[in-house]
Amino acid sequence: MKSKFDSSADLGTVISINGSVLKVEGFQDQSVGDMVNIGEGLNIIGEIIKIVNMVAIVQCYEETFGLELNSKVENYHYPLSMELGPGLLRTIYDGIQRPLKTLSHLSGDFLSRGIRAPALDREKLWNFQPTVEIGDYVTEGDFVGFVKELSQKHQIIVPPGIKGKIKTINSGEMVVEDCAYTLQLEDDSIKEFTLITRWPIRNARPYKKRFLPNKPLITGTRVFDLLFPVAQGGVVAVPGGFGTGKTVVQHNLAKFADADIIVYIGCGERGNEMADLLNSFPNLMDPKNNLPLMDRTIMIANTSNMPVSAREASIFSGITMAEYWRDMGKNVLLLADSTSRWAEALRELSGRLEEMPTEGGYPAYLATRLSNFYERAGLVQVLGKFKRMGSITIVGSVSPPGGDFSEPITTNTKRFVKAFWALDAKLAYSRHYPAVNWLDSYSLYNEVAKYWDDEIQEGWQKSRTVVNTILSKADQLESIAKLIGTENLPPNQQLILYVSTVLKEGYLIQNSFNDNDRYSSPRKTMELIELFIQFYKSSLKLIKLGVPVFRFKQMVCLHKLRRARLDYHSKDISNISELELEMRQEFESLEEQYVELT
Amino acid sequence: MAISYTKISSVMGPLLYMKPIPNHNIKNGSIVRIQTRDGDIRTGQVLTVSRELVVIQVVEGTFGMSLGTTKITFLDDIFRVGVSREMMGRRFNGLGEPIDGGDPILPEELLDINGEPMNPVCRAYPRDVIQTGISSFDTLMTLVRGQKLPIFSGQGLPHNKLVAQIVNNAKVLSKEPFVTIFCGIGLLAEQSLYFQKKFEEQGATRVISFINLASDPTIERLLIPKIALTTAEFLAYKQDMHVLVVLTDITNYAEALREISNVKGEIPARKGFPSYMYSDFANIYERAGRIKGKKGSITQIPVISMPNDDISHPIPDITGYITEGQIVLSRDYHQQNIFPPIYPLSSLSRLMKDSIGGDNTREDHADITSQLYACYAKALEARELESIIGKESLSDNDKDYLTFAEYFELYFINQGESERSFESSFNVAWRLLSIMKKSELIRVKKENIHKYYIENFDPETFTKEKAWKRHIRE
Ligand SMILES: Nc1ncnc2c1ncn2[C@@H]1O[C@H](COP(=O)(O)OP(=O)(O)OP(=O)(O)O)[C@@H](O)[C@H]1O
Ligand SMILES: [Mg+2]
Repeated sequence: MKSKFDSSADLGTVISINGSVLKVEGFQDQSVGDMVNIGEGLNIIGEIIKIVNMVAIVQCYEETFGLELNSKVENYHYPLSMELGPGLLRTIYDGIQRPLKTLSHLSGDFLSRGIRAPALDREKLWNFQPTVEIGDYVTEGDFVGFVKELSQKHQIIVPPGIKGKIKTINSGEMVVEDCAYTLQLEDDSIKEFTLITRWPIRNARPYKKRFLPNKPLITGTRVFDLLFPVAQGGVVAVPGGFGTGKTVVQHNLAKFADADIIVYIGCGERGNEMADLLNSFPNLMDPKNNLPLMDRTIMIANTSNMPVSAREASIFSGITMAEYWRDMGKNVLLLADSTSRWAEALRELSGRLEEMPTEGGYPAYLATRLSNFYERAGLVQVLGKFKRMGSITIVGSVSPPGGDFSEPITTNTKRFVKAFWALDAKLAYSRHYPAVNWLDSYSLYNEVAKYWDDEIQEGWQKSRTVVNTILSKADQLESIAKLIGTENLPPNQQLILYVSTVLKEGYLIQNSFNDNDRYSSPRKTMELIELFIQFYKSSLKLIKLGVPVFRFKQMVCLHKLRRARLDYHSKDISNISELELEMRQEFESLEEQYVELT
Repeated sequence: MAISYTKISSVMGPLLYMKPIPNHNIKNGSIVRIQTRDGDIRTGQVLTVSRELVVIQVVEGTFGMSLGTTKITFLDDIFRVGVSREMMGRRFNGLGEPIDGGDPILPEELLDINGEPMNPVCRAYPRDVIQTGISSFDTLMTLVRGQKLPIFSGQGLPHNKLVAQIVNNAKVLSKEPFVTIFCGIGLLAEQSLYFQKKFEEQGATRVISFINLASDPTIERLLIPKIALTTAEFLAYKQDMHVLVVLTDITNYAEALREISNVKGEIPARKGFPSYMYSDFANIYERAGRIKGKKGSITQIPVISMPNDDISHPIPDITGYITEGQIVLSRDYHQQNIFPPIYPLSSLSRLMKDSIGGDNTREDHADITSQLYACYAKALEARELESIIGKESLSDNDKDYLTFAEYFELYFINQGESERSFESSFNVAWRLLSIMKKSELIRVKKENIHKYYIENFDPETFTKEKAWKRHIRE
């Protein structure tokens, strides 16, 4: 974005300033979505969001302190767009794709207003290797070549809406703005393409066809992988009051989820949390391929004290970058912490526009905007001659005021998501993390069951049913037990209560700060649960022989089982199988004692 | 050139409305000087401006301003505060002017009180602790330099006493310079005197106070935290100091925000508070932190008195969503005369996990924390059980828990006004844990049990020692 403020520019004049909302008159040409540059010398970035009686209503992406009435505004005549191309990975952006590292070189430790820097490094050299030849006919979505970006093969794609014949093609070292290839279009004109494409953030990038998600996205967190799975291309909401563990869930997904690319959006949250991520990431390896985690990550950090308009844009910026990677046939996971802060930004801006509020003060178009965002997730066949699948999975945290799930953001979000990981303040206070409430949470991604059983580990569906039954029965029994005392329940019911306690502390709880526990591979998740189920079933069998419940509580194998999540790393699965054997033997000898007695 | 007006069109609460002169390029946020009929000089700030209307917020209020004779001069500048190292030990008002009778400050720099957002990539993750001298605080919710950790209190709870104690005792364990900025927002005159007296007892040379009294103009409540934090940023990032900023009471700040928003006719969100309260609070709280390559730090302890003790009220709720944990005071404890009444189960420091341990506090710290939590939580369950089935029917193990809880509350939480180092807090903690059987301490590493567990510990020791100490004093 270069500002001219000269005779060739389309200039308007500021006639009103109200916080980050301006009124500007006098543009020769204007349309909603146009980017503008405000105030010579200040260079505040803004966007036209409405036009009323020829007056443009402009929302600013930066503070308007010190801006003068009657200042000049230049209309760039193009919408807020993302720069897409090599160099996105490992970069940390603000909500409108300004690279924060570069900004720190320009303005130091604090973000001054009006500083700009291109999103993609203009000087870095990339080794472009073409995969098409002169004369080849290519259309939108086709790959013409690639560069190696960190560990990824970054495909250069023919932009949507373009088709033509390869006229020239370059290869070897180049910077992003160099010409990579030219096309002879249908009207015989020649068009030049660099390694960069641009895409307006408010429009979804096109794809060929949508499919029902059916493959699970492995999260590495047991309670999600077993009880509330999400599919690749699915959408999840993580609601919870403050301190219930939303951010820790998001950080864990960023670290351990089985995706090719992660887009992490810190939307109106804490600076120190971003520092935590930036601090820990460089030392962490992707459990799948042992490559640095940072290499698959794009971060957006628009913390709560950064401008609200940029916060509102941040989730659309993020999803646009996610779509770009999806179009290369990748599985992308987009994490948004927190979507409530996004909605509040929307509310704040709407208030400045003096729009009619609806419930909770939110504008009437809240639901539409939310769906604009969530509907961009999905499993799709991407554009291009060859059949290629790509997906975007969205996990958005929701921060309901007072932890009350009946508020507008939570209820509206529920309409668009198929999995709901409800975090519970009571569980969090009792230090049961992740504080996922097993009664309020759900996942409708039933299609993943087949994939789990066929491709990952058999028995997933069965184990899941058993666990669900134990947990829900225990919840019913608890209230009875409170009235009449646990010891007055029949032994099989006492057992259920006990097993559910053990399951919670030994399986559902997962400590993110413990090296062995923080990541649970699908194998560990499954082998562990099978042991718990084995414990339950063997006990149940012995109860029928008259073995009292307290005997099970004293078993050596149980003590080990309760600690197994902490004692065994996902790499030491063999120890878990040994435990299985031990358990079987202990139960056998217990059985023998009682058979002898009777 | 400064342009003056004499024609006000409306006055509402602290707001003035005027029609701008054509071609006067009024600056958004600029400062205006207002001279009333009787020569009184006040300060205002441009809130919104358009060709038809400029809205000015008057800091000292609009009382007594006449439409015809008030003279309004636009100064071409925004709110700034003069800062200097000389401010140490001094007391200022909501505009940053000295109110302790001392000489005016010769500013080293004039800074925009709004500051600028810290670039997230320049933040250094907080890692070093501050010792408050309070066992429960230091052991269970350790305060980390660069953290924002609020105190959630209620009407009539002794948070002022607690704050005074923290201000007087807080220290960093290294030899680095440490200063406390005390920012009183909407304080009652008596409270202000109380703090002043408490700080003076300790010499008060390391405390800078900014005081806005309940009787001072409402708008000053909105300015004073910004002035305090601008001063903090100067000391932390330009003078390499560790700064602890105590803000009390944020509830008064929020009420001022609501009052002004209401006058402006804005559409309210919850309970009449403006919809931008989250962003507004964030602009205060996020000014805590550390910067890579800089020695200093800013740590914040905001105090919130929760209306009706309701933690889901917008003020504590929004605060909790921005800060890194919370210290919750308990009315139950207070009624049992436990001081400080910090309730451990709902309190949390989110940043302590990476900052405690061998290098900073002691190698067994994390174990102690998690074991004390676990034991106390279990003990409370045992208490509930006791109230249903009676003590006699409890197992011996449960009885141990009951004893633990009793002594934990009496000797660990209820430490009174004394000061304890990390070391002595941990030692008290180990005595408490030694009430339990070793096998119950599953959260503690074996080597720590071996090193610190006291065999055959008699809880009576606590009582005896206390009696003995009292005896000495008398
Ligand atoms: N899986 C976990 N293991 C251990 N501790 C956890 C876990 N999840 C959460 N915690 C604890 O809970 C604290 C709060 O978690 P987190 O920051 O994720 O909350 P949040 O829901 O994002 O809150 P907010 O809405 O205020 O941002 C953490 O600092 C940590 O101490
Ligand atoms: Mg969070």
